[in-house]
Amino acid sequence: MGFFLQRQRKLKTSTPKRDINEGIYTKCESCKEVIAVMQLSSNLEVCPTCGFHHRMTAKKRLESLIDPGSFKEINRRLHTLNPLNFPGYEEKIEGLMEANDLNEAVVTGIGKIAGESVAIGIMDSHFLMASMGSVVGEKVTRLIEVSISRRLPLIMVCASGGARMQEGIYSLMQMAKTSAALAKHNDAGLLYISVLTHPTMGGVTASFATLGDIIIAEKGASVGFAGRRVVEQTIKQKLPDHFQTAEFLQEKGLVDLVVSRQELKQTLAKLIDLHEGSEG
Amino acid sequence: MSILDLEMKIAEIETKLNEISSDNHQEIEQLQQQLHRYKSRAYQHLTAWDHVTLARHPKRPKAREYIEYIFDSFIELHGDRLYRDDEAIIGGIAKLGNQSVTVIAHQKGCTTSENIKCNFGMPHPEGYRKALRLMKQAEKFNRPIITFIDTPGAYPGPEAEERGQGHAIAECLREMSSLTVPTLSIVIGEGGSGGALALGVSDEIWMLQYAVYSILSPEGFASILYKDGSRAQEAAEVMKLTAQDYLNRGIIEKIIKEPTGGAHQFPQYAFDQLKDQLEGYLLQIKKVTAKQLLNKRYKKYRLIGEYDSLNR
Repeated sequence: MGFFLQRQRKLKTSTPKRDINEGIYTKCESCKEVIAVMQLSSNLEVCPTCGFHHRMTAKKRLESLIDPGSFKEINRRLHTLNPLNFPGYEEKIEGLMEANDLNEAVVTGIGKIAGESVAIGIMDSHFLMASMGSVVGEKVTRLIEVSISRRLPLIMVCASGGARMQEGIYSLMQMAKTSAALAKHNDAGLLYISVLTHPTMGGVTASFATLGDIIIAEKGASVGFAGRRVVEQTIKQKLPDHFQTAEFLQEKGLVDLVVSRQELKQTLAKLIDLHEGSEG
Repeated sequence: MSILDLEMKIAEIETKLNEISSDNHQEIEQLQQQLHRYKSRAYQHLTAWDHVTLARHPKRPKAREYIEYIFDSFIELHGDRLYRDDEAIIGGIAKLGNQSVTVIAHQKGCTTSENIKCNFGMPHPEGYRKALRLMKQAEKFNRPIITFIDTPGAYPGPEAEERGQGHAIAECLREMSSLTVPTLSIVIGEGGSGGALALGVSDEIWMLQYAVYSILSPEGFASILYKDGSRAQEAAEVMKLTAQDYLNRGIIEKIIKEPTGGAHQFPQYAFDQLKDQLEGYLLQIKKVTAKQLLNKRYKKYRLIGEYDSLNR
């Protein structure tokens, strides 16, 4: 297992490239207010009227957090296989690669936040709900290992529907793999900040997402283990709107702090600074 | 015909055979031929769904029965010291030969009232926190840990979410990966999702012959990927969730043989098979140092994953 093969990539041209910027105006998902796409984009995809945090691509998230020109991506070429021969899985991945200009659902690398080097991973929920299969698990694990060997703070900006069904047990075991790597990271006395963004669920919540020394949840994000619908089916009742929101999690003692997207970079920078020189 | 229908047919014929007068040779022979036909249909060409059915069979032996049969002087220890005692996970200290071990298990019930008490083997966060407490205790006293896995999954209820189900499981995964004592997990029935894995990051994973282990129940898998939970049988085939599949893929180390027709047909057989393997394993593992254990365990999970590298 865990083999490498240099493989000629099958090029698929039938999937048209989706351009999210083709419209000039869009509607806020929450308050339905019409907003200029440019305005929403320059406001970090946060609605200027109601403050609703829309989902963000990994690329935009990187731009919002990392000092310009400081990011070096690692393990970009890792590419998903189809271990269970699940019908249509390869085609699905190829289509998502084209549409999102990404090779998988997480981007990892080394960059600077307010001048300080960090190992950072950003999940992109536009890529199959950023579910965790072999490649996501492997990239996160390698990032943790780089963070240990270079003695850098680790930041994971999480967003995920959970473990990736199409890779079956291989996906489940990525939970064990990433958590085991975090045990080593913990033993090395290094700082790990986990940022939970909308939505963070299932196997990702039940592994690296909730193992941070400090856990930050982004305003309004839904975070949980079982999905809302599944919980509602279990108890045959409707759940209140705020169930599993970032604010709900803070109230229940499950996250350290809730921050808005605009405050995130500054908060991370402060926390990194507060740990400066104190890492065992 | 499903495996449960076949099981009923077989029982019917066996009853007839017992009732029939012994000099009715012709009918006896006919019935025996029938019995043979049904048995070979029921037990020789099992589909993945048959495995799921057997793994969930209401009469299948539960963890407590294994523990009571295999170990001596089991003392159950309760509670997570934080909230309450979750009976979906049981644990304690026991002896196998002259070796003390910590045993932790998902517990399903045999009757409805038992199942209500242990929540059908679906733990809340406090169950996982109890498990973790007992694992740390085992580490302190240098006892090997044996876990029995048998759960449909972690309980998906609102209180479980409020008390941090994800966090409780994640901590089990991280801590199990670095325990300095030998650890072994045996899937005896259903290994459902993260709720099963939380007791399963061990040096070795064994499975009973007809046990299953999967990322989600076949029903859940079908409802996510086919948008139709009723296509669970089809999903079970695609998921490749049997012991033999996992042995072939190097995910598990050993298959424990069950009697023909499944462990519930003759539980002592399955218990004896497992006990025999456990005794051998505990002797062999004594010679391994903690450092060797940790390295080997890390490597086992580190290497799981299928991917390649693009040329560009």
